[in-house]
Amino acid sequence: MKHKNQSESSESSQEWEGKGLDAQEAELRASLGNFKASVDAWSSAMMSRPRTAHEMVVRRTWRAAAGWALGCVVFAGSVSGGMYEHYREQEQARVAAVRQAEQRSQLAAERAREEEDLLAKVDSAVSRQVPNAMEPLASLMAEDENDATR
Amino acid sequence: MATADESAAEEFAGVVARHRAQIFRFLLSSTRDVDLAETLTQDCFLKAHRHWASFRGESSAMTWLMRIAINLQKDHWRNRRMQFWRHTQTNSVDLDEASDWLPSGERSVEQKMLAREQVADVWRAVEGLSERQRTVFLLRYVEELELKEIAVATGLSEGTIKAHLSRALGRVRTEMGRKQ
Repeated sequence: MKHKNQSESSESSQEWEGKGLDAQEAELRASLGNFKASVDAWSSAMMSRPRTAHEMVVRRTWRAAAGWALGCVVFAGSVSGGMYEHYREQEQARVAAVRQAEQRSQLAAERAREEEDLLAKVDSAVSRQVPNAMEPLASLMAEDENDATR
Repeated sequence: MATADESAAEEFAGVVARHRAQIFRFLLSSTRDVDLAETLTQDCFLKAHRHWASFRGESSAMTWLMRIAINLQKDHWRNRRMQFWRHTQTNSVDLDEASDWLPSGERSVEQKMLAREQVADVWRAVEGLSERQRTVFLLRYVEELELKEIAVATGLSEGTIKAHLSRALGRVRTEMGRKQ
């Protein structure tokens, strides 16, 4: 019974296809036939090939491990590079600060020395000894100053 | 009880032996990916084994298995679309490589070249079909299922299947006409 139904169904399929696949479309038929034969051949070859699932898993595992290792190396490299750069910048800033401080202290010492020299010159220019003949005048000036302050 | 289980297991083993090649061929032609076709074939029989007790024989075991395979394939592509950021690489062989497979018959070099071109034309046409059209086309012209069987396997009406086949054949004709 089932066989009969199938053959009826087959007829109806072929009837319907007859509209699209008439005799003049032999090339289409040939193409479809070759396509089926090609898929058959491919499928049979793949079904009977030796199984390489283990090798593939191993290869994929290796590939994944290599990927991870490379990723870790790149990550570690970028992190350590960043850290080194940060450390180098800090070191440079520290050296620059020390140099600036040294320069500033050198400048301050130089100024202090110049001021000392100047004061010494002024002292030597201003503090001349009064001649003996001018002693009375000098004492008068000192008395006038005392009166003014009273 | 044990004998009933044993006989069911034997029956199922027979189903696997009879239909494994056909299910694999359909999945291989649908995906052009050997590894994926093997995985989906295994999944198909695993699922069939789990639900073997509920198979009432309303349709043939072949169409029942084909229905499972079609659904697994749909689920696979749906999941793949959802997880596109997880796995973008595909193992599908390209059309030229797929077209290289020809049965080793007694043919001249010219005949082989012509056959190869024809196979490549059909692969290009199949590539341009929608998922549903491709499934219907492969079930009809590779698996040689009847329209009723395709209807059971896909859950589509015969009218819809005819429309899909008509469009698919039109595309094959277009591919063949391009070179002429």
